[in-house]
Amino acid sequence: MGMQSQDIIRRSATNGLTPLPQARSHEQEVAKLIDVSLCTGCKGCQVACSEWNDLRDEIGHNVGVYDNPANLTAETWTVIRFDEREDEAGKLEWLLRKEGCMHCAEPGCLKACPSPGAILQFANGIVDFQSEQCIGCGYCIAGCPFDIPRISQKDNHAYKCTLCSDRVAVGQEPACVKTCPTGAISFGSKAEMKDLAATRVQELQSRGHEGAGLYDPAGVGGTHVMYVLTHADQPSLYHRLPDNPQISPVVRGWKEWLKPVGALGFIATLAGAFVHYMGVGANTTDETPPPEPKSKQDNAEHDPNENGRDA
Amino acid sequence: MREDFSFHEGLFSGYDAEKRSYDKSSWAYERDAQGYAVVDPTLQNPRCVINLLRQHAARYTPEVVAQLTGTPEKDFLHVCETLAATSAPDLTSTILFALGWTHHTNGTQIIRTAAMIQLLLGNVGMAGGGLNALRGHSNIQGYTDLGLLSLRLPGYMNLPKDSQQTLESYMQAVVPHADEPGQVNYWHNTPKFFVSLMKTLWGEHATPTNNWGYDWLPKWDRSYDMLAYFEMMHQGKVNGYIAQGFNPLAAMPDKNRIRESLSKLRFLVTMDPLDTETSNFWQNEGTYNDVKPEDIQTEVFRLPASCFAEENGSIVNSARWLQWHFEGAKPPGDAWNDGHIIGTIFTKLRALYAKEGGAYPEPVLNMQWNYRAPEDPTPEEVAKEANGYALADITDDKGKVVVRRGELLPDFAVMKDDGSTASFCWIFAGSWTQAGNQMARRDNTDTGLGTTPGWAWAWPANRRILYNRASLDVQGRPWDPKRQIIAWDGERWGGADVPDYPLTSPPNSGVGPYIMHSEGVGLLFAGGDKLVDGPFPEHYEPTETPVLSSALGKTALRNPAARFYADEKPRMGNPTEYPYVATTYSITELFRHWTKHSRINAIMQPEQFVEIGDKLAGKLGINAGDMVRVSSHRGYIEAKAVVTKRLKRLSVMGKDLDQVGVPCHWGFKGAARKGYLANTLTPGIGDANSQTPEFKAFLVNVEKV
Repeated sequence: MGMQSQDIIRRSATNGLTPLPQARSHEQEVAKLIDVSLCTGCKGCQVACSEWNDLRDEIGHNVGVYDNPANLTAETWTVIRFDEREDEAGKLEWLLRKEGCMHCAEPGCLKACPSPGAILQFANGIVDFQSEQCIGCGYCIAGCPFDIPRISQKDNHAYKCTLCSDRVAVGQEPACVKTCPTGAISFGSKAEMKDLAATRVQELQSRGHEGAGLYDPAGVGGTHVMYVLTHADQPSLYHRLPDNPQISPVVRGWKEWLKPVGALGFIATLAGAFVHYMGVGANTTDETPPPEPKSKQDNAEHDPNENGRDA
Repeated sequence: MREDFSFHEGLFSGYDAEKRSYDKSSWAYERDAQGYAVVDPTLQNPRCVINLLRQHAARYTPEVVAQLTGTPEKDFLHVCETLAATSAPDLTSTILFALGWTHHTNGTQIIRTAAMIQLLLGNVGMAGGGLNALRGHSNIQGYTDLGLLSLRLPGYMNLPKDSQQTLESYMQAVVPHADEPGQVNYWHNTPKFFVSLMKTLWGEHATPTNNWGYDWLPKWDRSYDMLAYFEMMHQGKVNGYIAQGFNPLAAMPDKNRIRESLSKLRFLVTMDPLDTETSNFWQNEGTYNDVKPEDIQTEVFRLPASCFAEENGSIVNSARWLQWHFEGAKPPGDAWNDGHIIGTIFTKLRALYAKEGGAYPEPVLNMQWNYRAPEDPTPEEVAKEANGYALADITDDKGKVVVRRGELLPDFAVMKDDGSTASFCWIFAGSWTQAGNQMARRDNTDTGLGTTPGWAWAWPANRRILYNRASLDVQGRPWDPKRQIIAWDGERWGGADVPDYPLTSPPNSGVGPYIMHSEGVGLLFAGGDKLVDGPFPEHYEPTETPVLSSALGKTALRNPAARFYADEKPRMGNPTEYPYVATTYSITELFRHWTKHSRINAIMQPEQFVEIGDKLAGKLGINAGDMVRVSSHRGYIEAKAVVTKRLKRLSVMGKDLDQVGVPCHWGFKGAARKGYLANTLTPGIGDANSQTPEFKAFLVNVEKV
């Protein structure tokens, strides 16, 4: 469900003709900043996430690594990724990264979603799934450059991190932020978090981590979950974090090019039919009476899908 | 030091190979005519402690350390140089340690080494300095404070031994003589603390005429630590056992042998919030616990207890803060808190003793048990009893009444040895005073350098930094003027912290800052009865070691004073059959064998695994996620393999040494997938001093299943 206290700036599969609620012009963009250099991999964030969101995944298996559950699932919205790396000098690093939804400014999931209102983007930047509107098609997975959403085997709806939108809406930080014992996760306005990141990056660089930097990738318009990485020059070291994430060209091509063309084609067909009707009159045969013109109701059903735009 | 103190071939003077123990009489100071220790402030005398220490430590060259430990020389030197740099007046360092240091046959000496390094670097008594234990359990500090070790009494006093049959002989042994003139030697107050304890134990029954009930205290003939106790149990010498918040089948070494021991009991009582492996030791759980229940006659009583969050009480942290906590929920079902269970057992036992007599009923019948509900003492009542009461008006040396009869004691300084004060743990005096429960205070005002004296309460005397007088030089000038924690104002010491020093002893008085030591100084030499395995630390190999000769070229390869039961010998393995070194540890997702009972924790690490270095895995053809069998001479476990670069192949004494990491969390009870108790593998031998088991180094073999 959307929240009455939040302005929505994007809604999946919805045209821009009907304005979305915009009653609050003062809302700031928020961000979660994850400083991987402070993470100890305790998984307190995973536990807090399960508790707050009332998720109980299966008791799984060990697959030869510390990561557990082994992957994100519909009931596990964040996992710590553990990657060992030895540099040229033989110095060993254990690279830890809390994986979960990045809350992109230009969310690929939302762009790809065909179900009206199943994915919302709030004015504060949170991208939230509305599971009761989800049709389980999985297009959000194809649209996500970070491979985050998961379809539940139980109810065929898609799930992912909400950035604890219900907590944020009442002025609280996400559960993972509250619980993190080392202060590796911070939460605030996006501007504050970028300032904090700059301080941390400077600190890390002064301590010999020349490659330290902020991960806020431009390819998705920036994100509302950002990382301070000790190797920001090589994000993919951190369990295949994309170096330059982009919304898949297939999704873009379909939504930005093919859909308008399709819609245009549909309009052209209708217009042609109308011109034909006005100019030539109804097609008739001797045996059948002239058909009724296409009803308004039919058009209304088709409109959102066919003419819709995402923004 | 005395001329007859020596060290040779890995052995200190006085060793008796047959008894595997030392006659420590030569580990002592040379004394002058008045009986004081001879000192040479110029440090020129070759028998000075520092000179003997130099000689002892000189053998540990960086090359030798690298050979013994496998740590590359340059890395070792990097650590040394970094630490040594903090010897500057404006720098300090802290050393934090945990079970990685204690779980060795020479664990006490490892920690002592760190303490000596901090003393030598001048990092003791400094804010942010010192040597700090990170406890394995939240209340292990409190457990030790309250004297729950078998040879101790509360407040770090000793339980009398059987050669101390009279109060006089006990006091003679435990009250230290002054080693140097003019020092505080605070333990000379021991009689006040001891008599106050006795007045709490026996109440009105403790009188001057019966030596405060001294005869009713047990006198030890030997240690009754848990290794010793389970050895006795294995020999059939124990009838019944109460495991209170303790899961020995999982927590003690050599699980299969522990199971045999438990099988010889007539009865076992467990008091626990959880359905522990111990309370199910008799159940057949397939390969995880392969027993025949019909062969085990032990009767098991399981008493469900509340957990810490379901009761009021205090927990002492590693910084000695007693922090009061409050009941957050009612215990489920029929669970009672521990006080209720113990109070009920005690009152019923006492009624039986009163009715039937028995071998020695006096200690039970004379025990003071004046709680409002005798079968259910409250945490508040017990906490106040620990702080202590005045049993008569207490006057100062001018005759002025400072504490009225019946009032809670303000601190331990008012305690008397005439029976007019009662307190069962003198170091806790001040924790619950007439002003209320000091442990429940929550004022986090910073009085300087992060000191928060209004938050909870720290023993002793709410002092936050022990030995803080050592943060200033003899003249009273702070080593680091920017970080001064206490100061002399011309008449008294004061400051952000409670001074650890006589408040009116001025600078230059010659009074040393180490007020608990009879010498007044920090000890680089542990003379007398302090440690059983040497006054200086020495490196010894673990009981099971792949190393056959030491780089130190000595005959005593292993700790010669570690207690070694004869029937443990055949249970030890050799490096031919078990070529790899294993170590056990905890991981952050799980806490001991407790949190595997919680579903969310179980989700985080659902299945047992062991960690294998990538080089060893390559040699044995093991891939990440394969099932492997790790076996010692005592048993085996099977688990998933996590292949890692973090466990490095070491070069020790010129040979490759591979390590296997064995997290110890899974078992056959709880929410996680069933697994083997890791202590199936570990050897039944402990630290020579503390008898903490040697969980951190033993021999195993590894095979792909």
